[in-house]
Amino acid sequence: MDKKRYELNVQLAQMLKGGVIMDVVSVEHAKIAEESGAVAVMALERVPSDIRKEGGVARMSDPGLIAQIKEAVSIPVMAKARIGHFVEAQILEALKVDYIDESEVLTPADEECHIDKTRFAIPFVCGARNLGEALRRIAEGAAMIRTKGEAGTGNVVEAVRHIRTVNKEIRQLANMPVEEVTGFAKANGFPYELALQVRELGRLPVVNFAAGGIATPADAALMMQLGCDGVFVGSGIFKAENPAKRAEAIVKATAYYNDPAKVLEASMGLGSAMPGIEISDIPEAQILAKRGW
Amino acid sequence: MGTIGVLDLQGDVVEHLDHLDRLGIAGIRVKEPADFTHLAGLIIPGGESTCLSRLLNIFGIREVILQEFQRGLKLWGTCAGAILLAGKVIGGSSCLGLIDIEVQKNAFGSQLDSFTSEVTIPRVARQPIPLTFIRSPKIIRVGRDVDVLLRQRGYIAAAESPGVLVTVFHPELTPSLAFHRHFALKCGLNPSVDEELSMIDPTWDTRSWTRYTRL
Repeated sequence: MDKKRYELNVQLAQMLKGGVIMDVVSVEHAKIAEESGAVAVMALERVPSDIRKEGGVARMSDPGLIAQIKEAVSIPVMAKARIGHFVEAQILEALKVDYIDESEVLTPADEECHIDKTRFAIPFVCGARNLGEALRRIAEGAAMIRTKGEAGTGNVVEAVRHIRTVNKEIRQLANMPVEEVTGFAKANGFPYELALQVRELGRLPVVNFAAGGIATPADAALMMQLGCDGVFVGSGIFKAENPAKRAEAIVKATAYYNDPAKVLEASMGLGSAMPGIEISDIPEAQILAKRGW
Repeated sequence: MGTIGVLDLQGDVVEHLDHLDRLGIAGIRVKEPADFTHLAGLIIPGGESTCLSRLLNIFGIREVILQEFQRGLKLWGTCAGAILLAGKVIGGSSCLGLIDIEVQKNAFGSQLDSFTSEVTIPRVARQPIPLTFIRSPKIIRVGRDVDVLLRQRGYIAAAESPGVLVTVFHPELTPSLAFHRHFALKCGLNPSVDEELSMIDPTWDTRSWTRYTRL
């Protein structure tokens, strides 16, 4: 992808700032998401909590389903490819989705290499647990970053851990004499040029969303107050008792994240949230955030 | 001197604040009904029009904007903002309906069809202006009281009435200050950039927006 195309792809993510991107598994869900004020939808066959429950290999969704969802809404449509599965990404590019999520929620196809995203014209968003992962993905061509969190748990603790880790490392860099950057970058696996950029900007050079475990308006506002540019909600909406109401409430809380009275109002009368999972109850092998490097 | 507000519900808010700042214009974020009084102008930024229109309605801001418009507030919508200001939206409903134009949402296709170009618009600036279109709408018809500023192959990309400016592209994503200056003048303000000078700000780059969101 040339520089201009990459800039356009980063800029599409800039348009999504302050918004909520929702996982949907059907045309009906996609329409509910759009009407509730989602800024984009992530088209999937199964939401992460079902992937977690059912196990097996999770792959790119049926392109036919993604095409139907694309047809049904005017907001951007994103879809997931497996880590390293550049042919799934080629298919999604041919399908002309708006953004590809190279996602740890699906079963990785390659345990050494992520997709070389610079070979594509289509934009990619990738998950990160720390600044090193974020900057390596950007170096590979990602135009947007999100926290990994722990998808499908309804438990925000991992997303909080990841954004706090990224931000702590950014603050360290921003306050560092330039001669210390080389060693810090080496120790943490930061591409050096990008480390210098982050030091200068005092943040990631691309939009950074929260993802993984967000289930309530308060979770969304928490991630925004911690410095995320917007929020992905996966299982949190359509696994809850009243999806349309909860979707709109999370949109409201994300827009007014700094206004406790409005977040309070958004939190009322939503019915029950998705059932949550304690992270320590998840067997080690089923921790999704560990996928990718 | 007067202030220009940028609607701060969702979208590329800080990109507009950055451009206003480069013109020496006081720009502020507005999101509470009380924020909208005493503004000289209001920019509705790019973002998702369905999301923005829903929030405008839920939080009673739509009514406030309509009232302030009657009292002389000037409005500018970029991309999604233009959709919100349009009198007619194909296959959808109008939100503010303050300019007699008909728009088609997401008229170019997917993100792969987003593009940049460069044109000269003599009424806005003497020098060519870089344009950035991201999943952009098209204006397909304008009413008699609306002036077309830019007509491209088969659609209109920029238009204005005495109180409202609409652009389907994003001047806030380019180094050009020309449209922000044009809007500031429309609002009766005095931007610091002179027409004789180049309206390309060489100190702007694609990451300039990040200065508003440093940790």
